[in-house]
Amino acid sequence: MKTKKRISTIVSYAILVLISIVWLLPFVGLFLQSFRSYLTEDGGMVDYLLPKHFSLDSYAFLFQAENKFFKWYGNTVIIAFFVALGNTLMVLAVSYALSRMRFKGRELLMRFWLVLGMFPGFLTMICLYFLLKNLGLTQEGAIPGLILIAVANAGMGYYVCKGYFDTIPKALDEAARIDGATRARVFFTMIIPMSKPIIIYTALVAFMAPWCDYVFASYVAFGFSDSYNVAVAMQRWVWTNDYQGFFTRFCAGGVLVAVPVTILFMCLQKYYVEGVTGGAVKG
Amino acid sequence: MGNQKTNPIANFFTALLGAIKDIGSIFVKGDWKTKISYLIMGFGSILRGVYLRGAALLLCEGGFIYYMITFGSKYLKDINTLGTKTSGFNADGTKSYGDNSFLILLYGILSIVIILFFIYLWYINIKENAKEEAILKSGKKLPSVKSDFMSLFDEHFDKTLLTIPFMGVFVFTVLPIIFMICVAFTNYDANHQSPSKLFTWVGFENFKNLFSIGTDGFGKTFGVVLSWTLIWALFATFLTYFLGMGVAMLINKKEIKLKKLWRTILVVTIAVPQFVSLLYVYKLFASDGLINMYLMKWGWIEDQLPFWTNPNWARVTIVLINCWIGIPYSMLIMTGLLMNIPEDLYESARIDGANSFQMFKAITLPYMLFVTGPFLLTQYTGNLNNFNVIFLLTQGKPQSQVLAASAGYTDLLVTWLYKMTVNDTNYKMAAVIGIMVFVVTAGISLIVYGILPSVKDEEGFQ
Repeated sequence: MKTKKRISTIVSYAILVLISIVWLLPFVGLFLQSFRSYLTEDGGMVDYLLPKHFSLDSYAFLFQAENKFFKWYGNTVIIAFFVALGNTLMVLAVSYALSRMRFKGRELLMRFWLVLGMFPGFLTMICLYFLLKNLGLTQEGAIPGLILIAVANAGMGYYVCKGYFDTIPKALDEAARIDGATRARVFFTMIIPMSKPIIIYTALVAFMAPWCDYVFASYVAFGFSDSYNVAVAMQRWVWTNDYQGFFTRFCAGGVLVAVPVTILFMCLQKYYVEGVTGGAVKG
Repeated sequence: MGNQKTNPIANFFTALLGAIKDIGSIFVKGDWKTKISYLIMGFGSILRGVYLRGAALLLCEGGFIYYMITFGSKYLKDINTLGTKTSGFNADGTKSYGDNSFLILLYGILSIVIILFFIYLWYINIKENAKEEAILKSGKKLPSVKSDFMSLFDEHFDKTLLTIPFMGVFVFTVLPIIFMICVAFTNYDANHQSPSKLFTWVGFENFKNLFSIGTDGFGKTFGVVLSWTLIWALFATFLTYFLGMGVAMLINKKEIKLKKLWRTILVVTIAVPQFVSLLYVYKLFASDGLINMYLMKWGWIEDQLPFWTNPNWARVTIVLINCWIGIPYSMLIMTGLLMNIPEDLYESARIDGANSFQMFKAITLPYMLFVTGPFLLTQYTGNLNNFNVIFLLTQGKPQSQVLAASAGYTDLLVTWLYKMTVNDTNYKMAAVIGIMVFVVTAGISLIVYGILPSVKDEEGFQ
């Protein structure tokens, strides 16, 4: 019996180690290949993982101002920051109203937004582009434009946050209201301080999204390279024929993007897990 | 959601009928202030001293009239043709500007929505008058301006909170969606680009095209793409679900140490932005990628494996890579839920002599399926529209001459829609595909939602 258990433990560990290798290998590869020089070795696809010589050439390329990498990086940080801020405010407002207050049309609104969410997002791309263009928020203005679109539609993503608010006992609100507090006061001084995990979750998810936004960002920037975000710019590197070292450049850029975002995420992982678990159960 | 079986359409008409009756009877019974308010909105309220509401209503009416005269009407009048005058050149060589179908359609829709909203506001104005009259008749006082204003932070706080989100969704989601639904019934495509050319209504022509199987028709391609979309979502959802559950159970085992480390390793794929990780993985599996290169170097294969070039290989590869992306996510969710299963259930099963597989089948699986039913549904519909994974990996390739409109064998409906919009500027068909995505998503959601055991009364959680 004991040996059987021991074997099962060893097998479990073996599986876990195997899983870990599979999961980490691409990142190790990305990291290693970013140190291959595109000047002295080969900047394209090669048939070996470990660079022959350690070099920072690809990083040096990114740091040259004329290559705009940090412009794009800054754009993405700005977008991500304001989207996180705006989304969180919108989601909190909508969630409180829908969780705590009973007004005419509440159910209708919730159902209507649910149905709206079933339309694919890219359907409306040309129309949104036109609306933004009218506001002067394409090309050079693409960054505020992208923030505007993301924040304006954020209200529809209230599910997880409302689910969290629903778990805060209503009796607390009622007690405060009997003592004369207004709804606004209850919201600002009671509910928001109690909702730290869900606020962090909402902000984190909103912050992560713009790093992956290729489609709409490239459409709105429309060839105006100062308005690109990192995803748009680096996508171009990967899909260009990689004879000039675009691949190692992509690897280096990828490392620079992934490291801070990953560290941020890992620090706030606890809240993320809380959010997704809560959201999944409530549906 | 409400479980009482009522017919929403019938409800709507009874409500509408009631409203019309109200409008009549209030006019007959109301005093002269109320009667004038039928024409000048907010008139009665202002005279009765409810300045804030009255002024707001009056302002809305003024704004509405101004909008319609200066802006709305000129677009609204052309909405049935979407413009007749083409842009071109005058006899003297100067450019003459014709109608712009795009603007006519967009602002026409906006005007119609604004008119409907105005009618609703007008109805509110009438009800408001009747309410004020009733309050005065019963000898009570009407709310002061200050208390009216303060109520926006108390009993009417919902209006303060929801106004901006509602307007945002309206302008940047609702209006564009109505617009695109309308585009599906027009011939707006590369040959009818506004502003230089006009487009117009064509009825169900585009839908016929979608289902026609002829050489020019989209029928066959649509069938291929739709079936792959459904199959993809099925595999993507259930493979990650069950494998994620497996991994979660493995890590949850008592004898496994360093639980946190294992979980963190998996979570890295969630943390790293997908465009970095997926693009790298795409290159990893490319024909000149590391995997092919190493396999050849080691002499395991003769020729490169066609990960992205053979339709079936590409499909399988995508599903597997999606596991790499999706398993950590479902593992996280499962971990918390697995711990919620009462331990004594397993204890008593063990006493009854059940082995671990039996326990899984009888306790774990039913519990998890019950609790995560809605989650599975949202995962499935999310995967139907999983743009990122497909687009970053294959962009729908491999393409084929057999398929219409540059569709490829790994294209989902959404990526196909994207290609039509951006590459082919075939807006009419993109709109049709968009509607089909909606039909599929909504249809599946409705059916599954009806049979889910765990759909509880929403208020039940509170």
